[in-house]
Amino acid sequence: MGYRAFKELDWPLIIVTLILSGLGILQVYSATNGTKWDGAWEKQIIWVLTGLVMMWATAVIGYQTLMAQVLYLYAGVIGLLFATTFIGNKVFGSTRWIKIGGFTLQPSEFVKIVLILAVARYLIEFVRPATTLTWGDLAKLGIMVGFPMALVMKQPDLGTSLTYIPILVSGVLMAGLRWKQIFIITSVLVVALPIGYHFLKPYQKDRLVSFKYPDRDPKGTGFQVIQSRIAVGNGGMWGRGAKDSSQTHLGFLPVPHTDFIFSSFAEEHGFVGIVIALVLYFLLIMQVVQNAQTANDRAGLYVCMGVAALLLFHVLVNVGMVVGKMPITGIPLPLMSSGGSNTWSVFLMLGLVNGVRLRRFVN
Amino acid sequence: MAQDNESRRLQSSAPQIAYRDDPRDAAGKIAIFQYATVLVFVFLVSGFWQLQVQDPERYSEAAERNRIKSTPLLAPRGKILDRDGRVIVDNRTSYSLLLNRDQIKWEHLPAISSALQLDYGDLTAHIRRDTRPQIIIKDQLSRDDIAWIEAHQDESAYPEMQLIKSWRRQYPQGGFAAHVTGYVGEISETELDLPQFSDYRQGDIIGKDGLEKQYDKTLRGVDGQQRVQVDNLGHERQMETTQDATNGKDLETTLDLDLQSVAELAMDGKHGAVVALDPRNGEVLAMMSAPSFDPNKFTGRISRTDWNQLMTDPFKPLLNRAIQAEFAPGSTFKPIVALAGLETGVIDEDTEFHCSGGASFYGNYYRCWKKTGHGNISLHRAIEQSCDVFFYNVANKLGIDRLAEYADIAGIGHKTGIDLPNERESTMPSTKWKLHLSREKWYVGETISVGIGQGAVTVSPLELAAAIGGIADRGKWYQPHLIAGVTPTLSRTGHFNPENIERVVSGMYAVVNEGGTGRMAALPGIKVCGKTGTSQLASNKFLKGTAAGRAMKDNAWFVGYAPEEAPEIVVVALFENGEHGDRASWIVRDVLKAYFDKKERKAKGLELQTEIQQHLGATNLLATHLVEPRPLR
Repeated sequence: MGYRAFKELDWPLIIVTLILSGLGILQVYSATNGTKWDGAWEKQIIWVLTGLVMMWATAVIGYQTLMAQVLYLYAGVIGLLFATTFIGNKVFGSTRWIKIGGFTLQPSEFVKIVLILAVARYLIEFVRPATTLTWGDLAKLGIMVGFPMALVMKQPDLGTSLTYIPILVSGVLMAGLRWKQIFIITSVLVVALPIGYHFLKPYQKDRLVSFKYPDRDPKGTGFQVIQSRIAVGNGGMWGRGAKDSSQTHLGFLPVPHTDFIFSSFAEEHGFVGIVIALVLYFLLIMQVVQNAQTANDRAGLYVCMGVAALLLFHVLVNVGMVVGKMPITGIPLPLMSSGGSNTWSVFLMLGLVNGVRLRRFVN
Repeated sequence: MAQDNESRRLQSSAPQIAYRDDPRDAAGKIAIFQYATVLVFVFLVSGFWQLQVQDPERYSEAAERNRIKSTPLLAPRGKILDRDGRVIVDNRTSYSLLLNRDQIKWEHLPAISSALQLDYGDLTAHIRRDTRPQIIIKDQLSRDDIAWIEAHQDESAYPEMQLIKSWRRQYPQGGFAAHVTGYVGEISETELDLPQFSDYRQGDIIGKDGLEKQYDKTLRGVDGQQRVQVDNLGHERQMETTQDATNGKDLETTLDLDLQSVAELAMDGKHGAVVALDPRNGEVLAMMSAPSFDPNKFTGRISRTDWNQLMTDPFKPLLNRAIQAEFAPGSTFKPIVALAGLETGVIDEDTEFHCSGGASFYGNYYRCWKKTGHGNISLHRAIEQSCDVFFYNVANKLGIDRLAEYADIAGIGHKTGIDLPNERESTMPSTKWKLHLSREKWYVGETISVGIGQGAVTVSPLELAAAIGGIADRGKWYQPHLIAGVTPTLSRTGHFNPENIERVVSGMYAVVNEGGTGRMAALPGIKVCGKTGTSQLASNKFLKGTAAGRAMKDNAWFVGYAPEEAPEIVVVALFENGEHGDRASWIVRDVLKAYFDKKERKAKGLELQTEIQQHLGATNLLATHLVEPRPLR
């Protein structure tokens, strides 16, 4: 690939991505400086740099080539999920990671990429344009997404497994449903969700309830919600700066560099900083949508909308958790939360989007 | 064209599996997604707006509470000292357990309550009721308590527990001077609602009675605070500001521990009260009331059983009889009647009345205490022998209102205004008083009993001491007070004929020194004057009915002062159910002797141990009394 393709990349998207990654690295540095996570920022720089390379490679290889191989990819990630179950590292009672060399890898993060491709492939291969999905299509798609979801839920990692849902929903809605189907599905969900709640693990139930009533057990499950809200509120309009953000630096905020990085960002940079960061996320998602609009084919549209829906879901759930408006599910904030697998996963998705961009004029 | 080539090359690398169709028919759905995205971001920004812009103080305060561990530095109360600077009420260091409200875990409470022998129900109720961020749940921790707390207070076990240094008020043992010192306790909710306690906070220790209450603002200090920055595990990171505690001011009183201890010992096992005053300025030298109570039990939280016992005791140990009991003064009232008679001219030195063991007035027969009678008797001997008939006649001639006028000058019927809380007002009847009280006319017959200190007239021991002290001081009544170093307040002056006063005084001298009713109070070399009194309980509204089981024996009074010409001390003893005044007289004698012994030894530069203390078998009386109560004699 030459200079042309390089020039054709979605530079506004990449610039926003780089700014957010930069903010993330700075925040990881600030939040972990002098704690047991000291040095996480250096690793995060490596994740971001390698992520950029992956993005480039994905863009060049292209979503269509990858979609063609999606069966192998699907089989591969399912295999990895099974491998995780058997040889994975148990951390905090949950088996999510496998060790490869010196790195720990979280396979469930990469499932997202494969599912985006798999859903898009199914929709263009088995669904005629300008028609709607049949119940059979829905069932097949449901199994396709539901199977890895069940494996991830089993780890247990409810948060990550839930992130597969927006991929399915965006694909299904973009392909088209009849109103009757929408009505029936909604009704079934209304009935099924309370039953599903019944099957959750006690700590998962606690988390779901405690965001609504954090004061019920301020030292238990409500603790994280309360401390996160305190950190955010403590930031005020202009933020406390890196020195006086006591919630972050005295350890009251749980994991201030991963799931709760936005709480520590809010404490240090205040409402003004938050609005700037949220505007950047908004631009990021809008830019992905822009690529969906200009995509050359339906596959590109489905891929971009899958990525957009997934990013929106991540931002909504993570940031909503930070302000205490969403339950604690433990999913990271794209680009800012430190961690290898989730950073790579976001860059891979953005690679898919750039791939769509590169191919927009083909006809 | 170059662009097309490039695109085609990209295209060619992809296998042809897709429909070539135009995705633009999805525009409507994409627009819906965009609107949804806008809504999501508006929702999120509004969340931050609420926390960071609308209500940031609430959260910065919460962050501050997280960040700062503040330890109260409790200020010790001032000591209460006697007139020689000896300590009566002291403080002892102790330790208290405090719970930080933010960190309380309810599942910890059963373990904490059982380890520290606290009632679980009381503890949870206390935590619910007390709204402060830090709650003291146990004072005066034992060695075992402290060991347990130190072993468990780290962050892994019970991070809510915090051990702080506190002060325990230490009162003399055995209820010594308890009614004067009073006691302290936690401020009650009703007190907190009152305007005068506006600068007090929940959990503050406050004087509840006696000097502790009267001079609470002087005695109490200002608590300080030590602030330390801590992390989430409770590890101290750095010191913030420390605000030192300001100790309360010591209270110097006019009490003399030597006289006080003699009075306490003399009353051992009896019920009643003793008051010693300096009539020249109103300084209270000793004041005791029996039965007493142990104020040490009130420090911190008094146990319910102890409190109930005190409240239901028929002899009311919490009552300060010296200022709150209202008893008929009996014959101790006669000097006032005599003075009134002389001043108004209804009698003179030589006026004689005939006592045949009683006399009739208005159709009723009034008896003298001496059944055989005193024969013809004039003022001097009437006081000495306490002849009732003589004083019936004087009272009858005076009439109640003229008698009340002079009693009023002596202070009968008024509060003395002593610096102690809850002094009760006594009664001096008059026509006006009766009309006001019951809208009834005064019957002249009622005046007769008042003439011998019975009937409606009542006094407290302090009031009687002040009244007789004023006469002894030749017509000057000073307001009794307990705090040292204040200018004496002259309450009233009587512009009397000095000869009349001397006549009354010489009568009181005769009581003690010329074979009168108070000869037990005599002291060699010291001109003691005095007057006995025996008051019938029938007129005693206070104890009537409360001690129903007890034999209704008469109360014994004695009021004595010395020296005759220039009195320095006046002492009143009330011996409840003592039957006759002379049984109170030796109590007064002991106190007077202690006073003059001490004065003599001071003049000679000897140790202040008084002879009377040695006589009473207490070589180091004060110390033993302070350490533990022990039965004497």
